[in-house]
Amino acid sequence: MKTFKIGGVHPKDQKLSANKAIDTLALPKQAIIPLSQHIGAPATPVVAKGDYVRVGQLIAKATGFMSANIHSPYSGTIEKIDNSIDAWGMTTPSIFIKVEGDEWMPEINCKDDIIRICNLEPAEIIRRIGDAGIVGLGGACFPTHIKLTPPPTAKAEVLIINGVECEPYLTCDHRLMLEHAEEIFIGISIIMKAINVNRAIVGIECNKKDAIEHFKNIATRHFGIEICPLKMHYPQGGEKQLIDATIGRQVPSGALPIAVGAVVQNVATCYAVYEAVQKNKPLIDRVLTVTGPDVENARNLRVRFGTPLNDIITAAGGLPENTGKIIAGGPMMGRAISNLESTTSKRTSGLLIMPDRLSKRAEVENCIRCGKCVDACPMALEPYLLHSLTEREMWDRLEKEQIMDCIECGCCLFSCPSHRPLLDYVRLGKATVGGIIRNRNAKK
Amino acid sequence: MLTLSPAPHIHNGDSVRKNMLNVVIAMLPAYFGSLYYFGFGALCVTLISIVSCLLFEFLIQKFILKGKNTLGNMSALVTGMLLAFNLPSNLPWWIVIIGALVAIGVGKMTFGGLGNNPFNPALVGRVFLLISFPAQMTTWPRPIAMNLDFNYFDATTGATTLSMLKGGFGEMPSLTQMLFGEMGGSLGEVSAIALILGLIYLLVTKTITWHIPVSILVTVFAMTGIFYFVDPTTYANPLVHILSGGLLLGAIFMATDYVTSPMTHKGQLIYGFGIGLITCVIRLWGAYPEGMSFAILIMNAATPLIDNYVKPTRFGAKEKGGKK
Repeated sequence: MKTFKIGGVHPKDQKLSANKAIDTLALPKQAIIPLSQHIGAPATPVVAKGDYVRVGQLIAKATGFMSANIHSPYSGTIEKIDNSIDAWGMTTPSIFIKVEGDEWMPEINCKDDIIRICNLEPAEIIRRIGDAGIVGLGGACFPTHIKLTPPPTAKAEVLIINGVECEPYLTCDHRLMLEHAEEIFIGISIIMKAINVNRAIVGIECNKKDAIEHFKNIATRHFGIEICPLKMHYPQGGEKQLIDATIGRQVPSGALPIAVGAVVQNVATCYAVYEAVQKNKPLIDRVLTVTGPDVENARNLRVRFGTPLNDIITAAGGLPENTGKIIAGGPMMGRAISNLESTTSKRTSGLLIMPDRLSKRAEVENCIRCGKCVDACPMALEPYLLHSLTEREMWDRLEKEQIMDCIECGCCLFSCPSHRPLLDYVRLGKATVGGIIRNRNAKK
Repeated sequence: MLTLSPAPHIHNGDSVRKNMLNVVIAMLPAYFGSLYYFGFGALCVTLISIVSCLLFEFLIQKFILKGKNTLGNMSALVTGMLLAFNLPSNLPWWIVIIGALVAIGVGKMTFGGLGNNPFNPALVGRVFLLISFPAQMTTWPRPIAMNLDFNYFDATTGATTLSMLKGGFGEMPSLTQMLFGEMGGSLGEVSAIALILGLIYLLVTKTITWHIPVSILVTVFAMTGIFYFVDPTTYANPLVHILSGGLLLGAIFMATDYVTSPMTHKGQLIYGFGIGLITCVIRLWGAYPEGMSFAILIMNAATPLIDNYVKPTRFGAKEKGGKK
């Protein structure tokens, strides 16, 4: 079975909610829609206080290159457009909606039937994806229409679909692959058409045997889509690692996947593309996993953006007594949150509730130079060195040691027997060196 | 109260203590071997060495460095055992204590404790003793199976295989005897089989990787093999070199010390090659019959240099257009 070649670790997969079918969460009474749900500049509101909006109506327009449209996930009245406090305690401009009923825009096809035929031109497909505000749902939230518009000099050869879900605990992609495989395949075909490739490879890790079987069956009816079972190996869902695992090519330092002819999309993004192109439904919801070792009812939920995190936790049986940490996303790359009054966005792939006993890092000891961080690094960097160079503020040397290649997967800290804060320092070094590089480029 | 900390939020459960305990467990077969052949002497020397190493680390940490107690990470235990493994089993108790003081005091704590020492502490101790007490450090008790003699100071002594080779005297042990450890030598180095069992344990538990021991053994085998092939009357069979002296002990337990060996696999291969090469040069043409300790210490000194120049092949470097 295939996997990527350098480094990586093997955390226990802990897929507690793998057998729980996707449920839909009841609508909240009030919703807060953050205007920054993607990398790039926040979207600009196109509605005003007091307006009545319907589900799927455009409420904020993409502003600038890396931005994405935002549509209302609810019908109701705009209460105000104001700052809200996000999950991490930062203020962020948001639209507050008082939810009234559930009235959808008339052009959205809400029926359950599957629409297979798509006769649109590539440019029209990409335009619809952009209009629908679709961003990469694997975690990076990079606007999808930009990713599907490669520079004219590059030629895409293969579309790689990320069904890896290598983060422990998370199961939302797994469930989506089991319950909406047909739609995902149509989404894949649509993207293939949009970027003009005739080959797609779906990478799925072997802890999802049922999804691999299911996809293999359906693939017999879809020309050009291959299923590639992969060994369990974190961080296989990383774009560069997945390309290496599936087609054996390594994206050079500083380059984009298109440099080796690859375009990568997540299965959840493919599903969103299907809904946008075939059913006219903009991106207003996603499936997320709410889970944790002591959570009463770990499950997968289809949640509209702007739902308060408290509602999701209540649906999972409430916060356990011993809760010590709540993480948005998976345990390897997710961010610990402090504000449960905040709401979900396009980037919320899961809520992981950790008990006290698993919440704190162990005490830091001296580096014993065991080299386990070097072995674990999937980019073949030397985390111990990046850490000590950052401590000593040696920015030029850090750039030479390719600190900007770090994908922040956390393998180094995960495997350090001395529990040294390797990645914390690397992030600091990366931010500083990144700033120096941007300044230098701006002067040119 | 919610904890806020950056990712990753989970850990694989590894710790310094676990790694050190694995090394101790891996040393146990060789230790039982030496108890079998050297009896009470092996027991006493090891106990004295371990207790003094622990005590010196505790005292220095408490009264000189004024830091937290570091005995819990078990590294002083490993140093104590390794030092004992490098000593003859009839060594007077006070010399063992001096060795422990030099190993822990000079070799390790001077530099700030575990992780900061440039040289393997146990080897610093051993080489200090070898130079300061050459007579006591080179009289080796003869191995006696099921040794129950409590008067271990007065054991009959003999030469090691390598000094017989160097001096051209004495009756060489057979390869089988060498494999099981029925030969003269320091207490932990004699039984090849027991040491290899330890190596397998270290590899299976992923405490170390194969790169350092294998590169040392291959280099020594190849180099002594070439000379044996050219002139078998002057030079010994390469298997004799592999099985005798401190080669296996050094390759498996001393050279693989995390702190003093290179971080990258490529660097580890160079380091192992260097140790093998220097060992052969000393053994074949040097003044000492055995060169393993010196070879390791010399390559310890080269480790920062190796780490500075030998880099892993970065992701994407081999792809067309990648950074070389």
